[in-house]
Amino acid sequence: MARMKFLCDADRCIECNACVTACKNEHEVPWGINRRRVVTLNDGKPGERSVSMACMHCTDAPCAAVCPVNCFYTTADAVVLHSKDICIGCGYCFYACPFGAPQYPKVGNFGSRGKMDKCTYCAGGPESDLSTIEYEKYGSNRLAEGKLPLCAEMCSTKALLAGDGEMIAQIYKQRVIKRGYGSGAWGWKTAYRETVAI
Amino acid sequence: MRRTLTTFRTLVAAAILMAAFGASSGSFAQQTRDGLNPTGQNPTAESVNEDFLFKQDPKITGRISIPDGKAAHLIQPAGRDYRDFRERWLPWLSALAVLGAVALLGLFYFFRGRILMEPGPDTGRKILRFNGFERFAHWMTSSCFIILALSGLNYIFGKRLLMPLIGADAFGVVAQYAKFSHIYLAWPFMIGVALMLVLWLKDNIPNKIDIAWIKAFGGFIGNKHPSAGRFNAGQKMVFWMVIGFGTAMSVTGLMMIFPFALTDITGMQLMQVIHALIGIAFIAGILAHIYIGTLGMEGAYDAMGSGKVDLGWAKVHHDLWVEEEQAKNASGPQLGRHQVPAE
Repeated sequence: MARMKFLCDADRCIECNACVTACKNEHEVPWGINRRRVVTLNDGKPGERSVSMACMHCTDAPCAAVCPVNCFYTTADAVVLHSKDICIGCGYCFYACPFGAPQYPKVGNFGSRGKMDKCTYCAGGPESDLSTIEYEKYGSNRLAEGKLPLCAEMCSTKALLAGDGEMIAQIYKQRVIKRGYGSGAWGWKTAYRETVAI
Repeated sequence: MRRTLTTFRTLVAAAILMAAFGASSGSFAQQTRDGLNPTGQNPTAESVNEDFLFKQDPKITGRISIPDGKAAHLIQPAGRDYRDFRERWLPWLSALAVLGAVALLGLFYFFRGRILMEPGPDTGRKILRFNGFERFAHWMTSSCFIILALSGLNYIFGKRLLMPLIGADAFGVVAQYAKFSHIYLAWPFMIGVALMLVLWLKDNIPNKIDIAWIKAFGGFIGNKHPSAGRFNAGQKMVFWMVIGFGTAMSVTGLMMIFPFALTDITGMQLMQVIHALIGIAFIAGILAHIYIGTLGMEGAYDAMGSGKVDLGWAKVHHDLWVEEEQAKNASGPQLGRHQVPAE
């Protein structure tokens, strides 16, 4: 089985936000919820770079560790998913997540948070693959259809890579060698405790 | 023929030369394409880089085009420290605090036993210690506290103790209601703490009598009863613990009920850490309060039960208060400082 990862080539990202839009549209994500976002560093200054960020599907995921109800699980493809039936919306996973991935819809009084929503790597949730209930709770399941996450597929400059970690690292490595520069695999050290060695 | 051969040789040599040159020029071209930018510039030389940014700030922050301000933090590895606290330290600290308090109280009960009433001339007569409103404030706060404590402990121990017993789905439902109760009952709890502050502040100002009370170990050791007003130094400590911890729990709790309203991710992590640490200390402290108010001391529970305590008990434990009460209310049962011989 593959070890699925995301890699954003910041030297290619043009902050077009197509990944964000694609994600929102594909999964019918509610208003105010952003499973993916683009952060621009050094905005307007020399050396500005943009990085598209979502759940990185960490190795030994901190969200899963701190969850008081153990609603997280890791698939055979190393995708970190969670069950909205068990989630209580306490917000601890957001405190532990290094990437700000968990999102909570605001429901109820006294700021009571709804059940957490996050990037599923287009892999749905615990419900049976491609079912209506799965789509309603977690969005579409492209992995079950043999497709990769739509954000990466839609990326206009192919900055965002999704797929098996070894493969996308290889692609990135070749790019860096070919063009002679690269600002590195953002977040990999934090998420996977390793980076792409060039 | 010979000439043709020479021409052919020349052609072959030329072809080889050209091929060699072609190959070398080809490989040269390859070199310029790979690794060397045709413009001679290296765009990454001045670009931001992860290691450099982490040296400046423990979290990498940028600009976003969505209204969700907290999404501007790109990477915050401090989440690991928060995780370390919550998963490695907190369960042990909580178990130590709660079970430690129970064990200490058990030991105390074993060695000291129940502190019994000492029969005296006033035994059987009653004096009002807490009126209905005071008892209402106490019980509203305490009933909320018990549910808040249990649902709070569920955040730490639920998945470790309850979940294996009842299964993930049932636990999900229980935990959901526990969370609702934690958030909703926080409000009457906060009101209760505020009420108790207003009701009992004037009787809880530390004074000289408290020093003597503490020096005598509150009469817990030995059989002497040091003087005390309406509240002795031990009760004052409980009062100030409830006010102090209650305020801290309220502030940190409100920060979590309205997440990111006033602080960023680092602040939120800190709020949760403080809330958890004070929460377990609060539970340990209140366990001692519950013990001495019920099982630990005969006659003490009536104060919050019916509101009326035994006059004899009150004279022993809160002599100065009884004097004060009787001075205020001449129609009340009189306190005889000296035994009056029966005629």
